[in-house]
Amino acid sequence: MGPFFAIGLPWDRGPLVVPEDTPGAIRITGSVYDGAGAPVPDSLIETWQADPAGRFADLHGYGESSEIPGFRGFARFGAEDGDGRFEIVTVKPGAVPGLAGTMQAPHIDVSVFARGMLHRCVTRIYFADEPEANGRDPVLARVPSERRATLLAEPAPDGGYMFDIHLQGPDETVFFEL
Amino acid sequence: MTTREERAIYDPVGETPTSYVREPVGAHPPLDYQPYKSTALRHPKQPLVYLPQAITEITGPQLGGLVGENDNDLLAQHDGEPIGERITVSGRVFDTEGKPLRDTLVEIWQANAAGRYRHTWDRWPAELDPNFTGAGRCVTDAVGRYHFTTVKPGPYPWGNHYNAWRPAHIHFSLLGRAFAQRLVTQMYFPGDPLFEFDPIFNSVRDPRARERMISRFSIHDSIPNWALAYEFDIYLRGPGQTPFEEAN
Ligand SMILES: [Fe+2]
Repeated sequence: MGPFFAIGLPWDRGPLVVPEDTPGAIRITGSVYDGAGAPVPDSLIETWQADPAGRFADLHGYGESSEIPGFRGFARFGAEDGDGRFEIVTVKPGAVPGLAGTMQAPHIDVSVFARGMLHRCVTRIYFADEPEANGRDPVLARVPSERRATLLAEPAPDGGYMFDIHLQGPDETVFFEL
Repeated sequence: MTTREERAIYDPVGETPTSYVREPVGAHPPLDYQPYKSTALRHPKQPLVYLPQAITEITGPQLGGLVGENDNDLLAQHDGEPIGERITVSGRVFDTEGKPLRDTLVEIWQANAAGRYRHTWDRWPAELDPNFTGAGRCVTDAVGRYHFTTVKPGPYPWGNHYNAWRPAHIHFSLLGRAFAQRLVTQMYFPGDPLFEFDPIFNSVRDPRARERMISRFSIHDSIPNWALAYEFDIYLRGPGQTPFEEAN
């Protein structure tokens, strides 16, 4: 058995990119599924993103720093006896520069870990309600068009978003090499 | 054992790399690795898409606030002392160019001396130790050094194949300086007779990369009448091509 990521990595406020009472805070929820369509209960996800102004909370202050009090930019969700679902509290990121003068659509970088994954898988959350920015995004442009939808978080009734991750199968999420 | 030549301490902001080297083949285990059965349904089958590294990938979080003063002492988390062989585990975190990485979060978790994890799903009939949780955290200092005090974890059986045992190991998680440097790995102990039988150890195909997962015993750093010392340096990927080259 193991690795039991839940012993060492999750912490109480881990799923909070921002304090919960931050104006504009939203929830992003989803599930991680394996190739048989079963939830991956021991999965652990981490996210990293800019704030709505495109500013980060970088370790060494690289770039512009977020002015949102308590903005950490990072979340980690894992459960000891989970059901494959994850939930983070965040603010919707803004556009940030890409390479060679391009602009990237709002996105969140995601690492997925689980028993049976010998190293992390990297994906990105984009937002289905940003069609124009997504249409100009240099990373989405590299993704075969029929697979792009796997990277789009859909708006949820509570004002947040839903984003499922499929490690395999007909809806396999796009994963990146970096 | 010698490590790579060390660079001078660098200015972490002024010298923030604008990209990181792409992982060399064989340095990391493949995601689809048949000897480790759980990989079967848990690896992508579609080709990975090339992600040009831009600001989201070259920045990373500040999580030092997460670490309490004694979080690196796994012997001190309960009223009594855990049972087992007391050890220190320390080393430095570098990038592949030999630059030490400072202020970076190092997290570990491990089984107790009997090889049992404090986790609901661990049913291996070895005793839990009421005085041992098995998780620790610290951040590296100005020269990239980290330090833990703990007990040596025991080997444990698992259901992967007949008579399958994991060599004693400590799980390590490193945030690095950037999203691109994130690493989760395992540290092993020198001379373990289980290495040749362990599909997880052998899933790393490059023999030098496997060697780097084995800590070294240090009599010099062992503390008389107290603890044996193991040294384990960790290399995260270093600066890569310039973004201009990447864009082409
Ligand atoms: Fe383990």
